[in-house]
Amino acid sequence: MSEMNNNSKSRLHGIWALTNRELKKWYKEPLLFLLSIVQPVIWMGLLGKSMNISALIPTDIPGVSPEIIMEQTFGTGDYFSFMAVGMIGMTALFTTMFSGMSVVWDRRLGFLNKVLSTPVSRAVIIFSKVLSAALRSMFQAGIVILIAVAFGLQFGANFSLLNILGVFAILFLLCVGLSSLFIALTIRSTRMETPMAVMNLINLPMMFASNAFYPARLMPDWLQSFVKVNPLSYTNDAVRQLLVFNTDWAQLALDFTYVGIFAVIVATIGIILSWRFLNK
Amino acid sequence: MSEEVIRTEGLTKVFNKHLTAVDHINFSVKHGEIFGFLGPNGAGKTTTINMLITILKPTEGRASVLGFDIAKQDNNVRSVIGLVPQEYTADEDLTGLENLLLCADLYGIPRNVAKERAVDLLKLVELTDFKDKRVQTYSGGMRRRLELACGLINRPKVLFLDEPTLGLDVQTRTATWEYIRKLKKEFGMTLFMTTHYLEEADALCDRVAIIDHGKIVVIGSPDELKHSLGGDLITLAIKENEDVSELIQKVEHVKEIKKEDGAYRIKAEFGEITTPFIIETLRKKGYTVTRLSLTEPTLNEVYLEYTGRSMRDAEESREATFSRRMTMRRARGR
Repeated sequence: MSEMNNNSKSRLHGIWALTNRELKKWYKEPLLFLLSIVQPVIWMGLLGKSMNISALIPTDIPGVSPEIIMEQTFGTGDYFSFMAVGMIGMTALFTTMFSGMSVVWDRRLGFLNKVLSTPVSRAVIIFSKVLSAALRSMFQAGIVILIAVAFGLQFGANFSLLNILGVFAILFLLCVGLSSLFIALTIRSTRMETPMAVMNLINLPMMFASNAFYPARLMPDWLQSFVKVNPLSYTNDAVRQLLVFNTDWAQLALDFTYVGIFAVIVATIGIILSWRFLNK
Repeated sequence: MSEEVIRTEGLTKVFNKHLTAVDHINFSVKHGEIFGFLGPNGAGKTTTINMLITILKPTEGRASVLGFDIAKQDNNVRSVIGLVPQEYTADEDLTGLENLLLCADLYGIPRNVAKERAVDLLKLVELTDFKDKRVQTYSGGMRRRLELACGLINRPKVLFLDEPTLGLDVQTRTATWEYIRKLKKEFGMTLFMTTHYLEEADALCDRVAIIDHGKIVVIGSPDELKHSLGGDLITLAIKENEDVSELIQKVEHVKEIKKEDGAYRIKAEFGEITTPFIIETLRKKGYTVTRLSLTEPTLNEVYLEYTGRSMRDAEESREATFSRRMTMRRARGR
């Protein structure tokens, strides 16, 4: 029994091993890695650049200036900066969705059972999935920001490098919430098709019923009520406040509080549901 | 030593309140033995093993592994057992060594100790030359050996093997048996295995339990079980066209005799001794024996005797079928 005592018995052991396993699968596969950032780049390049909204505004009417109208509508002089930020949220949404799917694979291939037979805590098993999804999303979001800057993202007046940390903080909260939700949804499933369908059902409406592409206050009232409860809207707004707007600190605090509460509640529910499933 | 390493008392698992997968089973496994669990698909083998390795909670009854209760002291159980699952759980994108170290991390084994053990284990299963190759490139036999090594990284006192040779060809299977025997000898472990292959159980196990419909139908050593069937089977034919059934019946130890297609199928105890007597009896009366064979009962016959001959494939879950298919495919190296 002396051997047993040598092994670390902290309740958290194995968390890094399991998280790193997920991450390794991803960074060791350059093609997968590349593909996962191609999608937001395509959206950004095609949608952001093709929808040259400021060109819609006539310049020959006295008293009307495209810059001012754009500023009033989107809070920033050009649409690209506005929607590029929306792409960061979208990246987070899709990355967490796919990492939810990896639970299904672990189950089908027997890896989950193998891990369950070791002294790793059940909570660690679930949390390592959440953590790896969050880390992946944050890394990809970082790349999307870099690409957006290369494409001409215009930073707000009071932008500083510190704001980037704020962006990562809010993304971390969002990803923890979303991936706990997706894992709770997928962990009961033994096949890929069902969670795929459920997630597609959730993801696209979640993206469009948010302020990712268009400001919420110009939307019809019924849609606004969806946008107002959508955590993605608050994340997008926070990232915009930090990157492209003249930061409204009160609004930013509200964004962080909302996404923070969302993350805590959803993660708790998700982890409890998964926990109960693993302890059946 | 004959201490009990595994002990179950009325162990029961009911799924969804009505499907009784394991029904009040009682058995014990002694220190240092290889205990085999046999049964058709859906008989309750996997459910039993999953309860013993603390993945499933029993609905009723109790079980202990090395004195630890599987429900109340599950973390203690997990520390002292090793698992070689039916599936290939090693991560294909990682190398053999990385996989072993990952397993070690799950037990909280310090890195320096883990590295030492990994090197030793890789040597033991003869994978040292491939330790830095991705598991993707491994053959079925190599993957199986890596699973064995992973199951041993925490120096378990009890090793659970779930269908350890599923999908392997005869050569690799025989080699895997050798590894299992070697491991048992080297580490003095107790082994609990489930298998579909009866010759495997016969070759490896000290004792086997046959389980069907969630209940244990018989437990014993392979030899005991074979003898319990009531002896060997002698088949013989004679040149003459007469019925000699009655004559043979008089020979000592002959229990049953049937005439089929011009040959006599004789069930007898101690076949090796009884056969010469039968031949002699026939010769004395002037009959000529033209054909003769003696078969000892195999575990196959024992198994069919206790579980019947109907097929059970339909009872398997979709998940189990999928994982078995994946395992078979990987075993063949795709």
